[in-house]
Amino acid sequence: MDFNDTPSDASFRKEVRDWLHQNVPTKNELTSLNEIQQGKLWQRRKFDAGWACIRWPAQYGGRDASAIEQVIWGQEESKYDLPVDIFDIGIGMAAPTLMHWGTDQQKQQYLPQLASGEHIWCQLFSEPIAGSDLAGIRSRAIQEGDVWVLNGQKIWTSGAHYSDFGIIVVRTDPTVPKHEGLTYFFIDMNSPGIDVKPIKQISGSSNFNEVFFRNVKIPDINRLGAVGQGWQVSITTLMNERAVLGTGGGGVAFKKLFELASQLMIENRPAIDDSQVRSALANWYCQESGLRYTGYRALTALSRGETPGPEHSISKLVGASKIQDMASFALDLLEMAGSLATSEQARYFDTFLNSPGYRVAGGTDEIMLNILAERVLGLPQEVRVDKGIPFSEVPTGS
Amino acid sequence: MNFEFSKEQDILREQARAFLTQHCPTTAVRKILEGNDPFDKDLWKKVADLGWLATVIPEEYGGLGLSYYELAVIAEEIGRALAPIPFSSSVYLASELILSDGSPEQCRRWLPQLANGEVIGTLAFAENLGRPSPQNIQTVARDGKITGRKIAVTDGDVADFVIVLVQSEKGDGTSLYYVESKEFSQETVDSIDPTRSHATLEFHDACGELIGADGHGWEMINAVFDRAAILFAWEQVGGTESTLSQATEYAKSRYAFGRPIGSFQAIKYKLANMYIKHTLARSNCYYGTWTLAGDHADLPLAAATCRVSAIQAYYYATKENIQTHGGMGFTWEFDCQLYYRRAKFLSLNLGSEHWWQDRLITAHEQRNLVA
Repeated sequence: MDFNDTPSDASFRKEVRDWLHQNVPTKNELTSLNEIQQGKLWQRRKFDAGWACIRWPAQYGGRDASAIEQVIWGQEESKYDLPVDIFDIGIGMAAPTLMHWGTDQQKQQYLPQLASGEHIWCQLFSEPIAGSDLAGIRSRAIQEGDVWVLNGQKIWTSGAHYSDFGIIVVRTDPTVPKHEGLTYFFIDMNSPGIDVKPIKQISGSSNFNEVFFRNVKIPDINRLGAVGQGWQVSITTLMNERAVLGTGGGGVAFKKLFELASQLMIENRPAIDDSQVRSALANWYCQESGLRYTGYRALTALSRGETPGPEHSISKLVGASKIQDMASFALDLLEMAGSLATSEQARYFDTFLNSPGYRVAGGTDEIMLNILAERVLGLPQEVRVDKGIPFSEVPTGS
Repeated sequence: MNFEFSKEQDILREQARAFLTQHCPTTAVRKILEGNDPFDKDLWKKVADLGWLATVIPEEYGGLGLSYYELAVIAEEIGRALAPIPFSSSVYLASELILSDGSPEQCRRWLPQLANGEVIGTLAFAENLGRPSPQNIQTVARDGKITGRKIAVTDGDVADFVIVLVQSEKGDGTSLYYVESKEFSQETVDSIDPTRSHATLEFHDACGELIGADGHGWEMINAVFDRAAILFAWEQVGGTESTLSQATEYAKSRYAFGRPIGSFQAIKYKLANMYIKHTLARSNCYYGTWTLAGDHADLPLAAATCRVSAIQAYYYATKENIQTHGGMGFTWEFDCQLYYRRAKFLSLNLGSEHWWQDRLITAHEQRNLVA
């Protein structure tokens, strides 16, 4: 065990630092661009210099880096406030699924354009009636020769309004039990018959959408895995999703809150001197630190070629509540001024409004706990009334 | 960078676990709980023969000269097995203090016997209810003789010597003295975890020998507490994992309403939360052990982080394990109580969760001062 760099780690880190130092976009470069343009500019710059998706094979646009090098890259890149979020789904979730299930031709065709930031991908999984019960998907695709004709609706699709492609799970056979009748595709978001409607969130902004499909044609060559194997393929995506979501800080980290508590006063003393404040901050630090080192340990497992397992649900599960509670606590420290959306501490205000979504997105807290209990601890499944019966006969309550 | 124990350390873990499974089943722990022996003397002898007490003591003082990674591995297994022996007192506290602050001559005199288990040592620290501080220590050194009273001294009735925190002769701070057991009177007292015995010690002009710098006892104790916190945390992590598996097995085999109770979300969530707290504490311990092995500047922060997360994980696991077992969990007969008692003992023995939360934030403040 050694948390320090080996000489070769150190020289890699230096290379990363030097490159970042010279290539991170300046404020001036970014101000005239929107969020998408900013993200694409940064991703393209990394790609051109061989710093995009460094864990990937070089033939798909990566640099065959080791897991440790990935850690080092992540540590160094995260020191800058960079526009990387728009690629979370494409690079973090769609790509590992393609890598695992795709044909050589699919990989060759789509992965380099993900790495370069040319294409942004979204994830079309949830439906109005299929959220936590994701396998209850009702969007229906029927095969007609070498295309599938899709009708139905998806929801909570982040970035659908600016995405080029989407990964999608649909029902291809309603006569078999629900997990067996699903098939996984990727879809060109510019296909005729797709209608994207934004949903306004608590915070007032609209990052996610409803997506409607009317006789949308998906070529069969855009299928991942076999017909009827969609559930297994989507598990690969979901495991990677939770690993991606878990690493985000959401704008509130211990360090920021510690600084805030050192600046604000309680009874004419710095808030950080207050024993309740100290206890609360200490607990969050323990979680933050525990998640960081759990992530490092998991990377060691990944470096041996293991895919992210259900144990990776921890980071998203613990991280989401932590962010929400820390934002709420930060607003409390501001006292009356915490109500003001315009205060200089607006980051906590924004996070307070956005964080409930973290506890739902990518699997609710409750689903995560079930996964840990069933897949990791081996506890028996809940009684399921829809088990083993054809999907078309499952009660819907409507 | 590399975030795993080595192969050799993993082999040691397997050996230690196999040994303790054979020689320290919970029936052996229960013998100490219910009998008159203050600790398991046979087990102590065997553990000494295996060299566990000597792990990090340098070879020149009769030790094995291994690293804190090996000691961490053993600590986890000691914790998992609830071993009823004065391991933490003699190894993490007494030996560590002598090693850090004793003169070379003192190390030569005292460490070989600690390493081979012939001698047991412990620390005599607290005097009153509530949190100790350098100001509320009333035990004194006068003309090299110690007078005062120490309470809640873990293994104080079986120790051959104690290291006592006293007000210094000059009155300029606190100091540490080595005092042999023939110099003080000890009375065994009931405690929350009778598998680790406790005593009240009375000193009346006891002969002692100064350890380390006069007037700097408090700093020395705190430095040793930081180091011990990481090893205690490994015991807690081992105990937490053992508790979790006990709860999981019970939840799978106990039926209610025609189903295993582990199929109910109310039970699943408890167990999943145990798993989460356990994992976070364990990961903190990885980092903590690295700071301990390399005497890294981050050690005080890492130690407090290990300790707070391990205290919380073990407490949560043991109380919810009883809850999962229902009425049976609350009986003398079931082993749930052994873990519940041990969890609280370990969380009190080096100072409470609240104290260590405060130390954690203090470590951040000091780190920022340096930076």
